[in-house]
Amino acid sequence: MNVILISVILLAVVGGVSALILYFVAQKFHVLEDARIDVVQEILPAANCGGCGYPGCRGFAEACVKADTLEGLYCPVGGSEVMSKVGSILGREAAQTVPMVAVVRCQGDCDKRPQTNEYDGPTNCSIATSLYGGDTDCSYGCLGHGDCVVVCGFDAIKMNPETRLPEVDEDKCTGCNACVKACPKVIIELRKKGPRSRRIYVGCVSKDKGAQTKNACAVGCIGCSKCFKVCEFDAITITNNLAYIDPNKCKLCRKCPEVCPTNAIVELNCPPRKKKEEDVISND
Amino acid sequence: MRTFRIGGVHPPENKLSAGQIIEEIGLPKQVIIPLAQNLGAPSTAIVNKGDEVKVGTIIGRSSGFVSSNLHSSVSGKVAKVDQSLDASGYRRPSVFIDVIGDEWEESIDRSTNLKNECDLSAEEILKKIGEFGIVGLGGATFPTQVKLMPLPGKKAEILIINAVECEPYLTSDHALMMEKSDEIMVGIQILMKAINVTRTVIGIENNKPDAIVLMTQKALKYKGVEVMQLKVQYPQGGEKQLIDAVIRRQVPNGALPIATGAIVQNVATAFAVYEAIQKNKPLIDRVVTVTGKSIVKPSNYKARIGIPMQMLMDAAGGLPEDTGKIISGGPMMGKAIVSLDIPVVKGTSGILVLPDFESQRAKMKNCIRCSKCVSVCPMGLEPYLLGSIGEMQLWDRAEKEDVMNCIECGCCSYTCPSGRPLVDFIRLGKTKVSAIIRARK
Repeated sequence: MNVILISVILLAVVGGVSALILYFVAQKFHVLEDARIDVVQEILPAANCGGCGYPGCRGFAEACVKADTLEGLYCPVGGSEVMSKVGSILGREAAQTVPMVAVVRCQGDCDKRPQTNEYDGPTNCSIATSLYGGDTDCSYGCLGHGDCVVVCGFDAIKMNPETRLPEVDEDKCTGCNACVKACPKVIIELRKKGPRSRRIYVGCVSKDKGAQTKNACAVGCIGCSKCFKVCEFDAITITNNLAYIDPNKCKLCRKCPEVCPTNAIVELNCPPRKKKEEDVISND
Repeated sequence: MRTFRIGGVHPPENKLSAGQIIEEIGLPKQVIIPLAQNLGAPSTAIVNKGDEVKVGTIIGRSSGFVSSNLHSSVSGKVAKVDQSLDASGYRRPSVFIDVIGDEWEESIDRSTNLKNECDLSAEEILKKIGEFGIVGLGGATFPTQVKLMPLPGKKAEILIINAVECEPYLTSDHALMMEKSDEIMVGIQILMKAINVTRTVIGIENNKPDAIVLMTQKALKYKGVEVMQLKVQYPQGGEKQLIDAVIRRQVPNGALPIATGAIVQNVATAFAVYEAIQKNKPLIDRVVTVTGKSIVKPSNYKARIGIPMQMLMDAAGGLPEDTGKIISGGPMMGKAIVSLDIPVVKGTSGILVLPDFESQRAKMKNCIRCSKCVSVCPMGLEPYLLGSIGEMQLWDRAEKEDVMNCIECGCCSYTCPSGRPLVDFIRLGKTKVSAIIRARK
């Protein structure tokens, strides 16, 4: 009986003292965490993709709460909708940002860009790039080993086995920038989703001279500047034998794809063109 | 017999072109001289379309500290300064020269008689080596004048001449030693004067007994020069491995080889130094081995810089039908090339043709943790680990595991029973980690 009593008292005393120590330690080292961080994190999509530039959604939530304004903070996955919710919680104005989507600026599939040699190294674009220019005559084009597919956290980019080019599923793409960073050839670009998902861009990144590009690929940009001349909005610039369409200036007038001699300019989700009168007559 | 102490492999030597004399290759209609032929910054072109040049005329100036001058290897007219395909299939700026005759700069002494005396001071020698565009001819093409330059607080004690030629198939250094031993010896004397050392060791692997005998004989005439016979082991020609083999000192982690008191120069570089200092001849040609089991006549050629590799291949009997891969360099560290139209550059030590059945990579399987790669790594790394780290893109971890120490010799990939492309992933790791280190600075 005595033994039990002593044990109970001893344990009670030890427990009490420990509790006191823990209490004071907890008081001393108490970390004040803003309760809003949890609330903001709840709203975020929990994709932890890192597209915002912060380590995961928690990191982004902390950054949002800490920052004075929401300028420069943007969750590409949630888009403006989520950002305005975050803004309303924190009582700050969230800038309206247009949704972005990844576009693949290479159309050189097997028919249009013939293979000139065979690669038997590891299936990895970064490694292939470090070894050589690629298995076609175009050292700028897509290698087709799918580094972009591996990094995509949203299953939005897939390799088309027939063309050996990646294809973006724009409904799934969140514009998180992961594939852009992964592509060693800098082929993928984030562009505005555009009205009714319509986009016009140059589907080529080759800086080679026109003749070289033409020899290597049937749909490469040869820098002929026809698109530059036809554009009424100064949206097109040509540097290093390569045209670039500024998405902020482009009004989707669809004149440039028409004049491009190599069909290097892509028009996505645009309705089919009306047949010109002469064409109609000749068809009859 | 000595060799380096950590790791190494001994692949079949296949020195098919050993014993072949060095044949001179004629001139093409046009040469293409790439501006980036040295490690570091590419040279800046100083000629324009229409300029007339002679053999030895300077056409590119060194554009930084680690950079090198470039000279015309032919006489004629500059056709254009434009992009041309390099060995890895990328387009790089190059000087195209249409060949007219074969007229040399008057200052170049073209006689073959040996010139022993050199009255230049150490500084003058270094300056002249820099002016004449000499780079390390072992393959890395590091500008020689930079390597010889004294570093504050570091004193060179010994010069090691790298005549190991540990890459299978290649015989260009061997052939050069057999034909130009006296010139090499004088070149060594000049190098010793330039870095102010009294002792030189020429390291030669014992698969070249004729070269060992000849060089030992010649060395008797020169003070402080000795020949060391080394056991055949790849990668003995690596700078750090050769220092370990010859003077039994390890280069500390992250330090330069000079920390051991040794400066290593390739035997072909010593010959190029001789030609530059004694004959005023810039680096405009080099010995190239053309070899392979299916090649009709494996040979060593003296080729001008800038001639298309196709010419060498034609001289050796043409490209065989069953060719699977053409490699610039040796089979262990060389790179597969996509066309024979690319020019011979300062770093081209050989052209190796592998038949189809030999050229395919093994199918990649899973690592079975046999640790063969660890036991053969000459840098004491863990290639299986670095390989998986590279595959998983954990660059912080790669840095901690000393990925930057890898010399990309390929022993791990060579020995891996699972056919894992370890070097490829490690090289990727090195690129990423060095970018991270640069960004930190």
